[in-house]
This record gives sequence, structure tokens and C-alpha cells, in this order.
Amino acid sequence: MRLKCCLFLLAVLFSFQGICQNYMTKTGFIGFYSKTALENIQGENNQVYAVLDPASHHMAFAVLLKGFIFPKELMQTHFNENYVESDKFPKATFSGTCTGEMDLSKDGIYQVVVKGDLSLHGVTKPLETTGQVEVKNGKITGSSAFKIKPEDYQITIPSIVRDKIEKEIDVKVQIVWTRNT
Amino acid sequence: MYGREIHKIINMRKIYFSLICLIISCQSFAQDSLLRSISDSLSVSGGTQYVTGTFKALYIVNMKTIEAPAAGALNFEIQHRFGTINQGAYHLWGLDFATLRLGLDYGISDRLSVGIGRSSVLETFDGYVKYKLLRQTDNPASVPVSIALLGTTSYYTDKITNPKLDSVFKSEYRLAYSAQILIARKFSNRLSLQITPTFLHYNLVDSSNDHNNVFALSAGGRFKITKRMAITAEYNYLFPNQLSSYTGLPLHNALSFGWDIETGGHVFQLVFTNAQTMNESQYIGQTVGSWGKGDVYFGFNISRNFNLKPHNKPKA
Repeated sequence: MRLKCCLFLLAVLFSFQGICQNYMTKTGFIGFYSKTALENIQGENNQVYAVLDPASHHMAFAVLLKGFIFPKELMQTHFNENYVESDKFPKATFSGTCTGEMDLSKDGIYQVVVKGDLSLHGVTKPLETTGQVEVKNGKITGSSAFKIKPEDYQITIPSIVRDKIEKEIDVKVQIVWTRNT
Repeated sequence: MYGREIHKIINMRKIYFSLICLIISCQSFAQDSLLRSISDSLSVSGGTQYVTGTFKALYIVNMKTIEAPAAGALNFEIQHRFGTINQGAYHLWGLDFATLRLGLDYGISDRLSVGIGRSSVLETFDGYVKYKLLRQTDNPASVPVSIALLGTTSYYTDKITNPKLDSVFKSEYRLAYSAQILIARKFSNRLSLQITPTFLHYNLVDSSNDHNNVFALSAGGRFKITKRMAITAEYNYLFPNQLSSYTGLPLHNALSFGWDIETGGHVFQLVFTNAQTMNESQYIGQTVGSWGKGDVYFGFNISRNFNLKPHNKPKA
């Protein structure tokens, strides 16, 4: 009996080991885009921290809002100062799970559904979106596109500039993982 | 014997139960810890984050702030002062009169900017170079202040009507210079303060008792009342026993208050000041208006930003 217990404990420990074998990157990409007749706005960030647990298909992203680069620097200042208030809420995060047929040990392209929680500007909301996972030569490329409403995250937009910003902002995510060894 | 068996079974149950608990907690722990681990490592090694938006505009009221146009951005500045409000109803509390400075500010790089301006007072031209030496950081908070160096020159072209004086006011006597160190700190999202030690050089002063090299200390700040509005104030202290008068009138230190309103690419600043002029050499060392006597100029600054080049700076 004792032996069984020990084996069981070992199995649990090994499963922890498995959790530690995650895919991790610090150079993921997130961009957001708003196009109106009055103004085009884009912010792009190439320093997204992203981790993927190949066993459970859990994933988590974290990004510094100050790292979003805008073609117009004044917009970048306004984004940080007036909209996302990055002094108060420096990070945006996502934590969720990838579901759908996916074999990370085999090369191929898999269509998946990602479900989780997106935290931005101190507000956490559930997010569900489709995505694509491509496995090729030990590299895993996850990409997704979805829309979010600034108002859902209590980001207020003054009426004077409301027409310059789309009601729903396009968000694009692309993460390339290589095995973390 | 029988008792021991039961004891064993209960013991086993306890162990299995605790293991199941452990596994369940592991599952949720795994997802949370996944986020926590990268979130923490992002906080630690996410790279240096510079403090932005210490001030909304390039000017507090007359004082230049440590802010500068980004590389490739052009700022157009209109600074307008009406007459003094103590002129009463007949002159509509000064609104009948106007002085103006039009300025252009351009960012050569994110640290280096240049500007030119033209004021209606004495038909003055001015130019400046500003260099951001140090930028306050918030992650890690290792640099507590932003520091910029600023050099300005002003040259007035006002025609002297008295032909006898024309030879006195030769072009070299129309020049004045200033060198300033702008030290600013954004204490919080709302409060930013700036202190500016100033060295001024006048090629010509009022009398032989006056110094050509003059020292002053300016301080200013802003307090945000909403995300897009702020109250500002500045005081320019001229150290005593350097300058006695300007055009025969006693000098006063320039004290100014402003209300900043930001709308997208514009910043509007409504101001009250006892300085009519808007150049360092003029408002610091040649202000003759007095708050006590009601020599207060109402006015405004309007700035408009133009992006001449896209600003996609590569991140180190």
C-alpha cells in the first residue's frame, strides 16, 4: 500500500515536471487598429510575454501598455495618459485555454477556439475567439484576430473625438514559440 | 486487528482525498501561475519605461517645459496676450489690445528639438535649442527627474524713430541670450513640478548699475483636475541687485496662472500673467507689470501638433 502511495506521489510530481516544460516567448506581437474617415490609429507591440502549457493547452499573455508604438507619438502619449492610464494600470493580460483538435508534437495547421479572461485598464472580461496554431519544425505559431470595445473596459472616449475612434477596435495577435530549454 | 484495518482504510482515504485536492488545486494553480509567472517577469525585465506626459504642452505659461515635439513632429504655437485688465470697461478690460508670439517647434530627434518664434513686442525674433539630457523612468524607478538643457536667443528689430538713438541701438545691442537647465518630475499622474535655474545675458541693459549677466530661478507646475484639464502656475524669480529697471520702470517677477485644456492634437491654455512678453530674456528680466496694481494680462496659448514623419522608433 505504501509503495502504491509513493508511486502515486511520484506520478503527481512528474506531472508538475510536465507543467514546467512550457513554451515561452518575450517577443510576441499584439497590434490594434482603428480606421475611420477622420483618423487611422494603430499601436503595435513586439514585446509581448506569452507562455503556453503544451499539456493542458493553457496560455497566458502579458504586455506593457507603454510598449505600444504608434506612428504618431502624440497619440501614444494620449493613449497612455488619457485612455488606458498606464501609470495606474501598466499591464494588459490574458489567461485562457485553447480548445480544438491540436497535436503540438506534429507539424500541421490547427483551427482552435481560445477562451479566457482579458484584463485591461483594471477590468477583466471573458473573451472567446478563434485562432490558428501552426506547428512547423518545432516552432509553434499562434495567431488570432478579434474585436474589443474600449467602453467594455471602462476606457472613456470624449464625445469630441468619438468619431475618430472605431466603436470596435481590431486586435491582432501573433506569437511564435520555440521550446523553452 | 479489525480496528487496525479500519484505521488503515481511513488513513488511505485521507491520503487519497488530500491528493485529489492537491491535483485539483494544481490544475487551477497551473493556469493562475502561468499568468503570474509571466506577469511578474514582465514587471521585472520588461525594459525601461520612461515617464510620459509630464506636462501637456511645451509651455507652462511662458516657461518652456521639458516636453518637446517627438522626432519628426512639428508644433505650431500661438501665444496671445490681451492688454491689462486694469484698463477698465472703456478698453473692455484690456481686450482691445493684443500682443502675440507665433512659434514653430520641431523635433529633430526625440531628445533634440529646435524652435523659432516672432513676437509683436518690439518685433522680436527668437530661436532656441532644447536637449533632453535625462528622462525620468517609472520602471525601474531609477531616474527620479527629467532634465533638459535649453538655450535661447532673442533679437528685436523694432525701428527707433529718434535718429540720434539709432546708432546706440546697433544690432549687437538688440541681442539677448538665455541658458537654462530644466529639471522636472512627474510626482503622480496629477502633479508635475519643474524648476529652472536660468542665466541671462543682455548685450544692453537700462543703466550702468545693471548687470549684463543675470541669474534667475523659475519654478512651475501643473495639477490635473480631469484627464484632459489641468491648472498650472509658474513664478520667475529674478535674484535681487542685478537689474533695477526696464525703460525706466521698476521690475517685477513674473507670476502666471493657466488652465490647460487638451483636445486631441490641440492644447488650449487660458492664462493670467503680469508679463506681457513671451521670451525668456523679456519675461524674466523685463517684466514691469505688477499683480498688486492689476497689471494682469489675460491671454491664451494654443498649440497644434503636426506629424511630418511617422514616428516608429525601434525599441532597444
